[in-house]
Amino acid sequence: MTCLPSHTDKKLGLVIDLDTCVGCQACVTACKEWNTGGHMAPLTDIDPYGGHADGVWFNRVHSYEHTTELGGRTVNFPRSCLHCEQPACVTVCPTGASYKRASDGIVLVDEDKCIGCKLCSWACPYGAREFDTDVGVMKKCTLCVDRIYNENLAEDDRVPACVAACPTSARHFGDLGDPVSAISQLVEERGGVALMPELGYQPTNKYLPPRARSGRAAKVDAPALEPIRAEGGFLGWVDRMLSN
Amino acid sequence: MHPAFSVVFFTTATGAGYGLLTLLGLLGGLGFTPADFWLGLVGMGLSLGLIAAGLLSSAGHLGRPERAWRALSQWRSSWLSREGVASVTTFIPACMFGIGWVFLGKSGGWVAVAGLLAAGGAVTTVCATGMIYASLKPIAQWHSRYTLPAYLIFSAMTGGVLANAWLQAFKLGSTAVLSWALLATLAGWGWKLATWRYNDRLEIPTNANTATGLAGGTVRSIEWPHTEENYVLKEMGFRIARKHSAKLRLITQVLAFAVPAILLATVFFLPWPLGAIASVLATVAQLAGMLVERWLFFAEAKHTVTLYYGRE
Amino acid sequence: MSKAAPRGANSALSQRPLADSRAPDEGDGVETSPSVSDRIAKTTCYMCACRCGIDVHIKDGKVRYINGNKDHPVNRGVICGKGSAGIMQHYSPARLRKPLLRTGPRGSGEFREIEWEEALTIATARLSAIRRTDPKKLAFFTGRDQSQSLTGWWASKFGTPNFAAHGGFCSVNMAAGGLYTIGGSFWEFGEPDWDNTKYFMLFGVAEDHDSNPIKIGLGKLKARGAKVVSINPCRTGYNAIADDWIGIRPGTDGLFVLALVHELLKAGRVDLDYLLRYTNAPVLVVQEPGAADDGLFVRDGDGNPLAWDRVAKTPVNAAGPEAKPALMGSYTVNGRPCVPVFQLMADRYLDDSYSPDAVAERCGVSADTIRRIAAELAHVAFEQTIELPVAWTDWAGRRHDTIKGRPVSMHAMRGISAHSNGFHTCRAIHLLQVLLGTVDVPGGFRFKPPYPRCAPPGPKPCGKKARPMTPLDGMPLGFVCSPDDLLVDEAGRPTRIDKAYSWEAPLAAHGLMHSVIRNAWAGDPYPIDTLMMYMSNMAWNSSMNTVETIAMLTDKDEAGAYRIPFIIYSDAYYSETVPFADLVLPDTTYLERHDCISLLDRPIGHADGAADAIRHPVVQPDRDVRPFQSVLIELGARLGLPGFVDEGGSAKYRDYADYIVNHERTPGIGPLAGWRGKNGGAIGRGDVNPNQLQRYIDNGGFWYHEFADDQRYYKMGNRAYLDFAVEMGFIAKAEPIVFQLYSEPMQRFRLAARGHGKVQPPDAERGRIEAYMDPLPFWYAPFEDDSVDLNKYPLHALTQRPMHMYHSWGSQNAWLRQITSQNRLFVHRKTASKLGLADDDWVWIESINGRVKGQIKLVDGVNPDTVWTWNAIGKRRGSWGLQDDAGESNRGFLLNHIIGDQTSADANGRRYSNSDPVTGQAAWFDVRVRIVKCARHEAGFTEPQFERFAQPPHFEPSPDVLRFGAEFRMKREAAE
Repeated sequence: MTCLPSHTDKKLGLVIDLDTCVGCQACVTACKEWNTGGHMAPLTDIDPYGGHADGVWFNRVHSYEHTTELGGRTVNFPRSCLHCEQPACVTVCPTGASYKRASDGIVLVDEDKCIGCKLCSWACPYGAREFDTDVGVMKKCTLCVDRIYNENLAEDDRVPACVAACPTSARHFGDLGDPVSAISQLVEERGGVALMPELGYQPTNKYLPPRARSGRAAKVDAPALEPIRAEGGFLGWVDRMLSN
Repeated sequence: MHPAFSVVFFTTATGAGYGLLTLLGLLGGLGFTPADFWLGLVGMGLSLGLIAAGLLSSAGHLGRPERAWRALSQWRSSWLSREGVASVTTFIPACMFGIGWVFLGKSGGWVAVAGLLAAGGAVTTVCATGMIYASLKPIAQWHSRYTLPAYLIFSAMTGGVLANAWLQAFKLGSTAVLSWALLATLAGWGWKLATWRYNDRLEIPTNANTATGLAGGTVRSIEWPHTEENYVLKEMGFRIARKHSAKLRLITQVLAFAVPAILLATVFFLPWPLGAIASVLATVAQLAGMLVERWLFFAEAKHTVTLYYGRE
Repeated sequence: MSKAAPRGANSALSQRPLADSRAPDEGDGVETSPSVSDRIAKTTCYMCACRCGIDVHIKDGKVRYINGNKDHPVNRGVICGKGSAGIMQHYSPARLRKPLLRTGPRGSGEFREIEWEEALTIATARLSAIRRTDPKKLAFFTGRDQSQSLTGWWASKFGTPNFAAHGGFCSVNMAAGGLYTIGGSFWEFGEPDWDNTKYFMLFGVAEDHDSNPIKIGLGKLKARGAKVVSINPCRTGYNAIADDWIGIRPGTDGLFVLALVHELLKAGRVDLDYLLRYTNAPVLVVQEPGAADDGLFVRDGDGNPLAWDRVAKTPVNAAGPEAKPALMGSYTVNGRPCVPVFQLMADRYLDDSYSPDAVAERCGVSADTIRRIAAELAHVAFEQTIELPVAWTDWAGRRHDTIKGRPVSMHAMRGISAHSNGFHTCRAIHLLQVLLGTVDVPGGFRFKPPYPRCAPPGPKPCGKKARPMTPLDGMPLGFVCSPDDLLVDEAGRPTRIDKAYSWEAPLAAHGLMHSVIRNAWAGDPYPIDTLMMYMSNMAWNSSMNTVETIAMLTDKDEAGAYRIPFIIYSDAYYSETVPFADLVLPDTTYLERHDCISLLDRPIGHADGAADAIRHPVVQPDRDVRPFQSVLIELGARLGLPGFVDEGGSAKYRDYADYIVNHERTPGIGPLAGWRGKNGGAIGRGDVNPNQLQRYIDNGGFWYHEFADDQRYYKMGNRAYLDFAVEMGFIAKAEPIVFQLYSEPMQRFRLAARGHGKVQPPDAERGRIEAYMDPLPFWYAPFEDDSVDLNKYPLHALTQRPMHMYHSWGSQNAWLRQITSQNRLFVHRKTASKLGLADDDWVWIESINGRVKGQIKLVDGVNPDTVWTWNAIGKRRGSWGLQDDAGESNRGFLLNHIIGDQTSADANGRRYSNSDPVTGQAAWFDVRVRIVKCARHEAGFTEPQFERFAQPPHFEPSPDVLRFGAEFRMKREAAE
């Protein structure tokens, strides 16, 4: 059913720390690797060894240069489904293939119902929908719905593949609907933002902005160094230091 | 947006088909146009043929066309589903009307009801089609108050021009229909110019800053996630050069509006068959022009996802 | 519900599973608990040199999924972009299938398949003839070899000195600069104290070596709000997240660092106590120009360096715990005028030529920025000291109630290494760390075991003379301490084919693999018979001057014979080098083999503990391939090499796995340190344990011994640690390791250049030795800066491998290559605008060595005088299983084409390897270029272009569609 649930018990999602992401692509291939054998398998690659390689990926990392009057910074920016609270990709779906789960808020596609009209990809401002031309259906990030509850995985492995892989600890997972959850508090502390809030999709995932070039940047308030002026200059200083 | 021919043809053809169906339902059902087998057959054939061809073409856009029937289920939330439901539903009164008007040679009574229902269904379907586009927030050029009226006006226009040619061809030219076609063409022209003017001045609050959450200053893409174009770019990253776009806008204006308007104006003064020929030429020009217009409708529409790729 | 303690690096509260991870009753039919695998095999990744622990999930005999091993000390559960794409490497269409014998001309790619028996017979016959006549005519060079303790030992037993791995063109400046100074190194031999440091400086690091530990560490710094300062011309990767990015001009880091040293000395912000305890700063240096011992240490009768006791006013053993050495002043001891090392340092670095104002322009960094960084370093080091409440005992038996630390740490890598001044620059960075008292202290840079070792470590390189049927006296690679240790003949000519340990590259601790092909081709210093290589793409991205290198590989003499007579190559994949081999020995993938990540080799581990690891076959090869190490062991047995056969002459080891368990380098010490002894109860030293491999497998593929709290810091002078290190065989004696700020070994070379000593350089070399074997770090311009017209070639050109491909043969990988299959040349926006270039333009990149064509991308985050590109994306058509229209061979380019492998001729007409004059490290990053917009008809495709390689027999064309994983789903759904 493509009508949205009036309420979801949880709002599961990701928080991505742009201050820490180095753009290493670990989350990208970890996601690909898990999901190509997972719930939406396969993540088909067209022309994988040729000049127009085009695969299905649920997570892609961009690089930007952000320049303000304070200076410039390179920002690596992972982009995947934000599991919006108002996902138009769901409501535009004519078949009921796209849906938002009432239990945890995950936005999924039921491949068996998908007719491949691609309208959901038009309705998603974030480019999170991935069309598999080989099978003619739309695929997308599942928030690793086949990991986070998977009884065949060790309990501490039940997090999305991208979160488990991230070498810099730049990815976080949890219930963003619970204001006291660790992830919600992280968003609060770090001033996490939603993408394109003006469109009203109310993304569940949030991004933590870079601290550099902002008041939050780590800094050292060091007084300027003063040359040794004491008696005897450098030699005298060393002597005094050693006799102390 | 990528101007896929299947979708360009689909919206143009169904627009014209439903426009014509509306007029047929009204004119035929209420008896303004006499029930005549050949006249009716051609008229209904044109209308339903365009609709069917358009719908078939749209199915060509689907990844799994064999499942197209599923699209009828989600009318409560999806304009595409509503369009599907409306289009399928409209076939019922349209067919009844066709049977009554064409095969039984009747008008009025239940045929009139069927004709009116078909006309209503046609307008509803066109509205649904328009709303598919108008409801898409990521595409500012579509998500505007211009889109729905445009679909209705263009449907009325192409339907009217078609109806006029159809009547003229059967030597049954009607000044009212001709006037309708001409006025609708002028209205369409005006609406298109207004839409372009609006789109050209559009100030979109969504930009690379809001797309990335990086406030202030400039945000420039330096590397894509992948070297080659992916689905998102192929589908939604279409770019058209300003120069190219200006040329196509001119062609649209000439073919879809100027030439048909001039031809239709001359029909007032031309005897049969010259009037009929001019009417048919006006239709051909307009439909060709509308294909260009619809191509541009897609090509000039910018999806917010292009912000992530620095395709602004 | 009970919860185990969180494991792994990503275990913050916001990274854990849901408190209740039971699937909700959604009713949407989604299978939330699909079976993932039939079994999980824990082994070690080989996608790069990082060597992380991985869990390989096997489903229906196929690799389903690979994730990081949470218990592993290297990666603690995380995994990088390469490791996660290991499946595509393992199933690469470029995998070799069977031994190959060349049938067409060299370089054509025309081969026929042969059986292993034939391949081994051919190799044995060839090698046996060489060994009987002149073993040095075998040049055995390995690339990304993680078994150097075996391969080097094999070369030694064969009797050829001509062995090295790829360190000479990768990072030997980093290794040697560190080992000769602090007895350890950046690289992966040490790490910042990520948990305690408050100020971290990163020099010239791309995503090379120790990649996951560094990323985990950066994540920790960010979580704690520690300041990250990066000094790098490019603002990518790690540099992107720095709080302070200093876009320095390439090759000037040494100048920048010495300006910091200048500022710190001038302000008296150095840790004198630390210098006295752990360095040779107080050691007296003879000051008598012209004397044979000028610049050497003043020693007592036992050879102990002396210092001047400022209280007793007498010379004392500098290492004596009770000494009160002076750091400044001039003294006369044993009749020799002398000064402490520190006095020499002060004299040099307080000079105005190292002042921020003097260096600012050259470095492209403002003097104010240099002064600010110096002030910040001093502030954090001296005002924000930390103390861990742990008591420890130093080498002299002095008890300390706490461990004190200065929380400034540094890391440096290839950007420093790959210049012709890299050795001294690396030493300068260590000097800076030591002056601040931050080496192996809480919050500072820390050693990973088995380091620290003596600076430099003990073993000398062997192979001055190669004799038929005779093993070398020791290993081919080592550390020279004086000209006497050089591998040169009586006339001063190199005895190694790569000229390592000769006057051209005296401290070449890793050899000069990048010189081998040219030297072998030129017969300089002598012709060879067979070049045997492993896992190194020397006919493409691992060589400088690629076009000429290819020509040398295929060049013939007057008689029509190849100048390099025979080439044996082992690799798992059809790289650009395979077609140049005469005999190809196909290797397995990393999931099909045994390996050991040995403490005898390049260790893994952690500053808090010692570790080693294994690989073991988690799937079986579906091709007729064999692991190279097992092949090498079999060749050793067939050749009858000592150590490889028993008394009866039969093979001593069945294969590599057998060797790993049963080989003992010295009694009780073998490739693996864990579970030694009959019952597996010993570590480090102990008898062979026949069940050792199983114990490793049972433990997740690795062994990790965590240090006690009091062993973790000040390892250079920590009794508990030093005792442990002796027990483990890391070091010979539990003596303190003294940091050599002043390098006496280098001064010995200088003295030779001045005519002292019996081993004398050829006259033509005296100037170079005098200039570059300076015992104190100094800065000089990279060689190419001085030899090209900088008005003509105003730009520096750099390369870096993308993080998702570093060391990983990535272009054959269907997933990784999608991320980068064409490299752009990144140009500063302002520079481009001055040159009239626009985004996406195609340009010629021209150096004195040639030109290459590529497409530009404009950026702001780069030093304006520098252009750079992703390295080794450009590929040759016909290699790596790529199709002919692949971006790699049509639009991607290789900068190597325009990097010279030799310097410009000097005044004597001499051309040297384009390398650091001290270590022989390849100077990739010295190249100067200009960029010119290409003609319209030239745009859109790269040049130079090369002929397409033929495909080996039975090579399947690469698939047009890849549906990896569909089979798991079909099987799963069928079962439902």
